[in-house]
Amino acid sequence: MKVNGTAHKVGDHIDTDAIIPARFLVTTDAKELGANCMEGLEAGWVKRVKDNDVMVGGVNFGCGSSREHAPISILGAGIPVVLAHSFARIFYRNGFNMGLVLLEIGDDVDKFSDTDEIEVDTASGVIKNLTTGATVQAAPVPPFMQEILNAGGLVEYAKKKLA
Amino acid sequence: MGQTLAEKILQNHTDEQVSGAGQIVQCKVDMVLANDITAPLAIKSFKAMGANKVFDQDKVSLVCDHFTPNKDIDSAEQVKVVRDFAEEMGVTHYYECGEVGVEHALLPEKGIVGPGDIVVGADSHTCTYGGLGAFATGMGSTDVGAAMALGETWFKVPPTIRVNLTGTPGEYVGPKDYVLNQIGILGVSGALYKALEYGGEVVDDMTLEGRMTIANMAIEAGGKVGLFPVDQKTLNYSANAGFKGGEMMTADADAVYERVLDIDVTGMAPQVACPHLPDNVKPVDETAGLKIHQAVIGSCTNGRIEDMRLAAEVLKGRKVNPKVRCIILPATPSIWKACMREGLMEIFMDAGCIVGPPTCGPCLGGHMGILAGGERAISTTNRNFKGRMGSLESEVFLSNPAVAAASAVAGEIINPAKL
Repeated sequence: MKVNGTAHKVGDHIDTDAIIPARFLVTTDAKELGANCMEGLEAGWVKRVKDNDVMVGGVNFGCGSSREHAPISILGAGIPVVLAHSFARIFYRNGFNMGLVLLEIGDDVDKFSDTDEIEVDTASGVIKNLTTGATVQAAPVPPFMQEILNAGGLVEYAKKKLA
Repeated sequence: MGQTLAEKILQNHTDEQVSGAGQIVQCKVDMVLANDITAPLAIKSFKAMGANKVFDQDKVSLVCDHFTPNKDIDSAEQVKVVRDFAEEMGVTHYYECGEVGVEHALLPEKGIVGPGDIVVGADSHTCTYGGLGAFATGMGSTDVGAAMALGETWFKVPPTIRVNLTGTPGEYVGPKDYVLNQIGILGVSGALYKALEYGGEVVDDMTLEGRMTIANMAIEAGGKVGLFPVDQKTLNYSANAGFKGGEMMTADADAVYERVLDIDVTGMAPQVACPHLPDNVKPVDETAGLKIHQAVIGSCTNGRIEDMRLAAEVLKGRKVNPKVRCIILPATPSIWKACMREGLMEIFMDAGCIVGPPTCGPCLGGHMGILAGGERAISTTNRNFKGRMGSLESEVFLSNPAVAAASAVAGEIINPAKL
């Protein structure tokens, strides 16, 4: 999958209460959750997002609670890819399970600024900054997780095991 | 090669040879947990997987503790989804109404989880059971939905950071202070993807309640689990709770650690985590004098009977500052009853506290104690992220129950020794 969109840069240690505050956890609907994405960071944050944009986080993106509503709200907002220095572990698993592409790029995250135009090839992990010309290679997805992705996500993987 | 506690427990749940950090292993699970926020999504995924029964009716726990007593129509609908599912699947451990407690206080107390278990829960503070010597970790709803159907899940074997607690603590200093201090040293991502393992003379002397307070906050350093050895105390606690099984367990002397952290608690002051991250930790005196509007004493971190006793010790014969809402939430019905039996309720009510039912409520800004803009709370909970307890313009300081109680009386953050 190739994703072309605008970068929305957020800071280090973006927690799940910032991504989707608890008061919005009374639904499991992606659109509703998406409409309140990052509401815990800044009121009305999501208004800047258009479909296929890319979130760029810092260290430990997605720390805090186990709420799967967090990756769902990012997807619901129209963002299919998050780049970060590193991800919190529960969020990382959740992202994969929900089909949100998470690419860990360490210090290379500094090569992307807010509003840069970005192109991401999710299969190869190659990320191009179309604004500056910089190219970054993301760390490969662990093989076992790739297996889950290949099966079409955890739901499909479990479906096969149960069959 | 010697094994860490994490490696030992994983090894006991898989046919594969656990050979070290980074390896992916498929493990059987002993208990799968979800709550009223995360279970509806887990159920959705469970059904999408085509599952029509849980792998074991006795090994699934559904605890409606976050937005209960149901705070609004939407949360009532969510609880209804969970209740209907529990009934349809014949889930043994379903809790709401007068039986419900904060999940991570409730399950150990009822002997539903115990030493040597692998527990996965759709709640990040599932790591609490590490205090009992269980490999317990939080996951998302879909992982938990899959575990409910399959009875197994995958883990990446974590590298371990060993934390040795030594020395003699001073007055009003205990497990919450040790763990805040340790998070301050490691940082909120210092144990990312890693296991924390505790030992040392302070751990040997510590109650199970105290161990669970520390294990509870493993996730606040990014950790996967916070593991304690299983000793005679653990076995006694678990047997009294009705847990079947469990045996003594310590890490091997030649276990491989990524890092060893020695913390001498002698001379440690009560610790306070300042906004807006749990690693922004300072000795209480450096935060003294900051006016507060609310104090919360409860939660899966510090809502157990020992915490209630500590709060009561400070509140006895004193009055909460009239400008402060001091909210006390004993974490389970049996803790509530113990508070009545021991006369703690009388002390809380005489001091002017608000005593509520067991619920996660205010900890996550759910209900029962939300902060307005410009307000500040001191809380015995585990997170102080921006907006965690309400308005984005509010502040949460984390502390032990004695500091929270003393601050409620003073109307400002204070060292209980100086009240």
